[in-house]
Amino acid sequence: MHDHTSSRRRTLLPFMTAVAALGLVVSGCGSQVSTASGGSASASVKSCVDTSGSKIKIGFINSLSGTMAISEKTVRDSLDMAADEINKSGGVLGKQLDVQAADGASDPNTFAQKADQLIRQNCVAAVFGGWTSASRKAMKPVFEKDNSLLYYPVQYEGMESSPNIYYTGAAPNQQIVPALDWMKSKGFKKLFLVGSDYVFPRTANKIIQAYAKANGMTVVDEQYVPLGGTDFTTIVNKLKDSGADAVFNTLNGDSNVAFFRQFASMGFNSTTMPTISVSIAEQEIPGVGLDNLKGQYTAWDYYQTLDTEQNKKFVSDFKARYGQDRVTSDPMEAAYVSLYLWKAAVEKANSFDVDKVKANSDGISFDAPEGKVTVDGENHHVYKTPRIGQVNSAGLIDTIWQTPSPLKPDPYLKDYDWAKGLS
Amino acid sequence: MDVVVGQLLAGLSVGSVLLLAAVGMSLTFGQMGIINMAHGEFIMIGAYTVYMVQQFVSVAALSYVIAIPCAFLLAAAVGVLLEQGVLQFMYRRPLDTLLVTFGVSLILQQAARDIFGAPAVAINIPEFLSGHVSLLGAAIPVSRILIIVLAMVLVLLVSWLLKATQVGRRMRAVTVNRELAEVSGIPTRRTDRLTFALGSGLAGIAGVAITLIGSTTPTLGSNYIVYAFLVVVAGGLSSIWGAVIAAVALGIVQSAIAFGTTQSIATWVSFLLVVLFLQWRPQGIFSLKTRSLA
Repeated sequence: MHDHTSSRRRTLLPFMTAVAALGLVVSGCGSQVSTASGGSASASVKSCVDTSGSKIKIGFINSLSGTMAISEKTVRDSLDMAADEINKSGGVLGKQLDVQAADGASDPNTFAQKADQLIRQNCVAAVFGGWTSASRKAMKPVFEKDNSLLYYPVQYEGMESSPNIYYTGAAPNQQIVPALDWMKSKGFKKLFLVGSDYVFPRTANKIIQAYAKANGMTVVDEQYVPLGGTDFTTIVNKLKDSGADAVFNTLNGDSNVAFFRQFASMGFNSTTMPTISVSIAEQEIPGVGLDNLKGQYTAWDYYQTLDTEQNKKFVSDFKARYGQDRVTSDPMEAAYVSLYLWKAAVEKANSFDVDKVKANSDGISFDAPEGKVTVDGENHHVYKTPRIGQVNSAGLIDTIWQTPSPLKPDPYLKDYDWAKGLS
Repeated sequence: MDVVVGQLLAGLSVGSVLLLAAVGMSLTFGQMGIINMAHGEFIMIGAYTVYMVQQFVSVAALSYVIAIPCAFLLAAAVGVLLEQGVLQFMYRRPLDTLLVTFGVSLILQQAARDIFGAPAVAINIPEFLSGHVSLLGAAIPVSRILIIVLAMVLVLLVSWLLKATQVGRRMRAVTVNRELAEVSGIPTRRTDRLTFALGSGLAGIAGVAITLIGSTTPTLGSNYIVYAFLVVVAGGLSSIWGAVIAAVALGIVQSAIAFGTTQSIATWVSFLLVVLFLQWRPQGIFSLKTRSLA
């Protein structure tokens, strides 16, 4: 007797495990940290960078596919623009930049592997890119082992400083702490924390908890959703009952859309429940929906609306190159700046040699679109000006508060008494 | 009291989203036994259909009305292409099907990224859907009510189709015993094609509804695919009503746990519960009783 149905059913069920496992891998960003290509390599690798010709190779590594492509593609665009600008004005030490592009594919392992390839096979003088902390943590041992340079352009949770990485985005004291200072000055006492469940929001919320404790604020609830999660019914219900007077939002990417939709449909807006977001920039606003975000607050160091000569040129050049409907954002600007900071350090060192570039990086500065940025030679972060912004009706962000001068980067929050024990 | 009602309603609305994602799959996976990893991308196609329609129709409410049939047809068409071009050569080879459809899902995601760009596209949501209503002392967003209604309508339609139409009876006959169906004169190949088209089309409609709550990005579908499999398996492969019960139960359990703990814990606890449930009852909530199983 033929027994197809039952045999098929028995064979199908075990596959569910495989399907579910595969799906989980696909839907979540892998958060595992890996070292590239095993640990067999020798302690120090002789650099193979070729400085003899009229060109010098540099590497760009960004995710052009996978979940992170949404953000990282824009960073690649501004890196490309910076490289072309530098080439048009004569290159670096008279050499034209020869960009070697790699796709990190939103996967930390791929980042580590491609970074290794860029350094050892393509023999690039420096690498620019990375976005998620997982991708940076995966690449860190590669750059340290091969003694090469990575310029990382995104604000992050801090608690890190590598001799081979320059961090051109905000350290926590240049984004999270100023945001809290501003909230305190506005009289917000009860904070509701919502974030994606991975390293940045978890660390950021630890900092917020410590700050709140020391400053007479209370955290009424701390909620996480899995990366990419879109179910906020329960969280918004909790927010309603929590008695909070402001929300600190560390959600990443697509989850913001679902959160703000649910938020708005339950009757909340920027007046009834001010929300400060640290991962929503100009580029994300149309996707989240301007109606849901109008009047809400953000914390960054750069906004497209900044009124500096350098920024006007940056914005108009970018639009001329990529289209009038494109916007510029903080990570894009930080990436653009990173290429110029490397150029300045190389020119000061008069060499592409990694150790010489590092030795000459301290105090290197650049008149960036966000204002003057200066490299701190000790912790490899940069002096930046924190700014609180408010989403306006054109879908851009206006600066409503900023520190009077650029702040010294403090990735380990060493200068703050309340932050003792965090790192 | 209103907290309990609120969370029950929240669970119902979460469950209805899961159900929407799973309705189409209950046909392609449940009835046909095809593991289609690209099912999520059919949902994504439906979501982008709303965006495409809105390029031509500026009235948001009207654009949704137009988008529903368009999304069904477009997703069904892509489904037929997939079935005709690839899957028909690998029936009874579930592992190959799994890998191939996973590849297809990556291709479709990248295609969407190339056509529409990587960032989420802006979707206009009708004004009347963005508020909330009070129900038994608890607030529930209007868009969620619409999703619950839509999920119910689709389930009723599918169960009517399977029960009361010739096409549906053929689909069930092929599921129960393919050889017997074939010798009885049922065109099994055509029935396969139709079932797959219908299942894919329903995923497209789910995509239209999902634009109301989440972002419209190339990877939108991968958020729902695991849940869709979960619901269909827990419900019992060939039972649409089993899927309904499984989806609602999963939604309510998840909302209840999330209220007491956090969303992340709720997610893994609900996965754990489904695994335990399947240990106890591997055939799911409802199982198909046929002579061939004896």
